[in-house]
Amino acid sequence: MGESVIGAWIAAFLTLGILTFLYKDNVIYKISEAIFIGVSAGYWFITLFWDNLYRKFWVVGIEGGQWELWGGIILGVMMLCRLSRKIGWIARWPMSFIIGAVAGLYMMLYFTSNAMVQIRSTISNLTESVNVGDPYYIIGNIVVAAGTFSGLVYFYFSKEHKGVFGATAKVGIWFIMVTFGAAFGYTVMSRMSLLIGRIDFLLSDWLKLIS
Amino acid sequence: MSVGLITSVVFIGGGVLWILVQSVKGRDVDRRWIFLFIGSTVALALLFHIRFGEKATPIVKAAFNQIENLPEGASVLIAFDYDPAMEPEVGPMADCFIRHTLARKHKLFLMTLWATGQALMTNTVEDVLKPEFPEAEYGTDYVNLGYKVGGFGVINVVLSDFRAMYPTDAHGTLLDSLPMFNKVRSLRDIDLIISIGGGTPGVKEWVLFAGNRGNIPIVGGTAAVVAPLLYPYYPRQLVGLLGGTKGAAEYESELTGNYDRFKDMDTPALRMMGPQTMAHVVVMAFIIIGNIAYFRSRKREGK
Repeated sequence: MGESVIGAWIAAFLTLGILTFLYKDNVIYKISEAIFIGVSAGYWFITLFWDNLYRKFWVVGIEGGQWELWGGIILGVMMLCRLSRKIGWIARWPMSFIIGAVAGLYMMLYFTSNAMVQIRSTISNLTESVNVGDPYYIIGNIVVAAGTFSGLVYFYFSKEHKGVFGATAKVGIWFIMVTFGAAFGYTVMSRMSLLIGRIDFLLSDWLKLIS
Repeated sequence: MSVGLITSVVFIGGGVLWILVQSVKGRDVDRRWIFLFIGSTVALALLFHIRFGEKATPIVKAAFNQIENLPEGASVLIAFDYDPAMEPEVGPMADCFIRHTLARKHKLFLMTLWATGQALMTNTVEDVLKPEFPEAEYGTDYVNLGYKVGGFGVINVVLSDFRAMYPTDAHGTLLDSLPMFNKVRSLRDIDLIISIGGGTPGVKEWVLFAGNRGNIPIVGGTAAVVAPLLYPYYPRQLVGLLGGTKGAAEYESELTGNYDRFKDMDTPALRMMGPQTMAHVVVMAFIIIGNIAYFRSRKREGK
């Protein structure tokens, strides 16, 4: 009970401390910000230390004798060379390995998932909707297909945007703008949820004004 | 109309009118008044318990039906890939998914790819799973795999073998000694993946590395900020999606409407949708006022 009350007071102080920035930059805000960054960094350090260095490197790699993990261990040690000016260049090797591996993994998956499957879905949903016969579904899929096509036309710059081509590109930019608007609306909703979460905490957990 | 709603409407109307008058007169309104106004609107709506009804949209209904239509005892994996900052939005989704899957007697595999997700997952287990489902047995009905570093690399490995990445569960128990893992070797043996998150790794990585490659159905629950990027994956690559507080509120309403045992459950997302709606009305009013002020100033400059 005592711990939760103290916890609520600390959390309330830090919440209000961060919110004071809305008035103007001040010492309380800076203290709250520094505590937040410090706690986050400490949390990540401890978690990664015990999960990676202790459990994987020490327990499994060294005590468990799983030598196949030594490739990763060596790359990890090479990465730490970055801390030295003289041998910092050694860190480029594990870095290039990571970038190469990630690029290789992502390239094919992205192409399959975000290009091929998306194209197929745009076309096949349109044909499927006609078979289903639901007008709401048909109109929805026509809008998606038209938006995709006109949006792509807008980004085709090898031909001058004139005539029918220009009109299609104009429709495309409208679709893009509506998409940006929807994304902005969702961002507002997301940020507002954070604010509601904090005010809810202040009113219910701290001040006990809401049951 | 309740007293709370009338008070809030009068407060919002008065504030908006004051800002409109200031703007029309060409006077600058200090941005701090705007912050105070938004904060007060949210606080009033919370204090007066202002709520609006929610009805599940097809994309949320699809997520609900996916869990509903799985056969009893199906294996469901829930990934808690989020941090405390996202908790107000996606936390209610996690509670709903836990309640719904266990009510349907599915087997739950809990894991996280975010270090910060570990504590939040434990909270959900302690606050929702254990008190509301005391009959659920660890190792038989649910298992906590905890956090593993490696992001999408973890998904990549468990797609072919769980034990290669998780020799033990979060408590150090060997997977082979847990009855739930008798028939589950890899992600391909899982009937449904529920990815809850809003960053990287998150829903997108689950779609790319598990859903597409393993042909495993995925339901997403995300912070609103990334929801528009994920809608194109529905319905082929994502069988359902809950976008932000609105998605969570719709799911809560679906759950309370379909299950008697959840009629009196805590519904934080539905509670948040009242202040959310009021705040949106204020933001829309500000956009209109801003435009009026802009066109008036242009007209004045033209003269």
